Amino acid sequence: MARLVLARLLQAGLVVIVVGILCFVLVRFLPGDPAMRIAAGRYGPDANITEAAEGVRRELGLDRPVLVQLGASLGQLARFDLGRSVVTGLPITKELGIQLGATLWLSGSALALSLLLGPPIGLLAGLRHGGVADRASLGGAILLRSLPPFVLGLLLILLFAMTLGMFPPAGWGTWRELALPALTLALGLAAVSSRVARDSVEAVVRTPYLAYARLKGLPETVVVRRHVLRNAAIPVVSYIALQAIYLIEGVVVVETLFGIPGIGHALVHAVIARDMPMVQGTALAMGLLFVVIAAAVDLACHWLDPRPRRT
Amino acid sequence: MSIADAALIPLASHRDLTPARLCGLGLLALLALFALLGPLLVSVDPTEQDFAASLAPPSSDYLLGADHYGRSMLARLAYGARLSFGLALLTVATAAVPGILLGLLAAWRGGLVERALELFATVLLALPGLLLVLILLAFSPGAFGPLYLGLALTLWIEFYRVTRATAATVLKQPHIEAARLLGFRAPYLLRSLVLPELRPILTTLAAFAMSTAIIAISTLSAISVGLRPPTPELGAMIVELLPYYAEAPLHVLMPGVLIFLLVLGLQLATRSESR
Repeated sequence: MARLVLARLLQAGLVVIVVGILCFVLVRFLPGDPAMRIAAGRYGPDANITEAAEGVRRELGLDRPVLVQLGASLGQLARFDLGRSVVTGLPITKELGIQLGATLWLSGSALALSLLLGPPIGLLAGLRHGGVADRASLGGAILLRSLPPFVLGLLLILLFAMTLGMFPPAGWGTWRELALPALTLALGLAAVSSRVARDSVEAVVRTPYLAYARLKGLPETVVVRRHVLRNAAIPVVSYIALQAIYLIEGVVVVETLFGIPGIGHALVHAVIARDMPMVQGTALAMGLLFVVIAAAVDLACHWLDPRPRRT
Repeated sequence: MSIADAALIPLASHRDLTPARLCGLGLLALLALFALLGPLLVSVDPTEQDFAASLAPPSSDYLLGADHYGRSMLARLAYGARLSFGLALLTVATAAVPGILLGLLAAWRGGLVERALELFATVLLALPGLLLVLILLAFSPGAFGPLYLGLALTLWIEFYRVTRATAATVLKQPHIEAARLLGFRAPYLLRSLVLPELRPILTTLAAFAMSTAIIAISTLSAISVGLRPPTPELGAMIVELLPYYAEAPLHVLMPGVLIFLLVLGLQLATRSESR
């Protein structure tokens, strides 16, 4: 277990380093003198920019060798110093603090909703593989996976918000606004987790121990509860780690589409405004969220199947 | 969808053309024909505006109607399909070639080379792909270069990893060992003995990478950091037309349906019946 945690900590460190280096390099490549741009952002366009820029250059050490600067900027990241947004002037950590809540609510409810939809459908399909439920859920999964998340989201808006008027099409605050974006993400996740669950249930159903359990006359509900569920759960849970990618990428799209003030929305806006500190901060937050979900899944797998892995 | 899903799809063997695969291949052929021939047959400029025809319904003048600027939907869809197909093919080729070569190199040489490549792949994999593309796009949103580079940079990893893992087991087989001992050189061995065994799984992977690329391009354009209007990009078209949904619902749905069919075709063409 210590190894699992250590590996994820290492991954978290890599996220920080990759994002840090990428953002540093990109800032270097952006046209214009960084000192000038910072000075203009700080003192406004009317100030004596050239003189102010020299001050900024000395103050921030922009005249030092590039590698020294890179080291300094990574050192800042290690101290959780993310700087200030070029657009609002607020510290990035403060902005992230506000947005992280919305993103956590959205991804948490999407994950929960997908677990309510996917695995139960997979269980039904797997217990009677080849049957109607199996075929229908296969068709549904293929169709859903062929839809890009933003098209799925738009279809849900058109159906539930504009035609049926059941939920607001955009906004944030109450559960009614959470419903459609969470459903968009959850359907995409459930499309795959239902098939993974179905396959792993089918594999368990074919085992001799299950045949024995049925042969000795256990009622079907007991068979399913005692023998199928836990054994079939492991591949499903470990697949959720892969789905963490879908979730984090989906959050960017869904938040932008539904106008949710979360991290994905902030990232897209920061990209458009070229607010580099903000890009760095939001990318870090999403990358770390991705590591945290994966770590949680690792621990859940360890709990479900404590036998040490042979890798 | 993530390319990681590809690993979960059982491979359809090359010989059994199931009905689903036939449907997928047929669908892809039709769409490819539309993307290739469409722009030739419809000699209308997809950015040419005619405000008199704004939001025109399908008619003999505009076979699929015209958008809010009076641009021919048929022309825009054909160019959009060509763009999606072309950009996805280019991206996947750019990702697959170095991915496969580096995978073979790592499996063949092992040791330090393999470790260095593994480290590089791990570092890139620490971030979800879309995030990497978005950071690169911060350099210049709406530009073709960072979008293409970012996608290729995330897609090569899966080719590399699968090639390395499969090639490592293939290389251990006795007949290859024997050929190695007989003194055949690496290029010959890899080309005529190893690669053919890898072909089925790499084809599946390429199809998945293509649908990932198509979805990513349209998604990024839809959230206005990918390609921008007036470029006839399918994702951007949907969002551009969305405000006119009440007047012309068909126009909004058409580009969406086209993306859907593209990805569906790719998915069906590579899947066996069981899933």
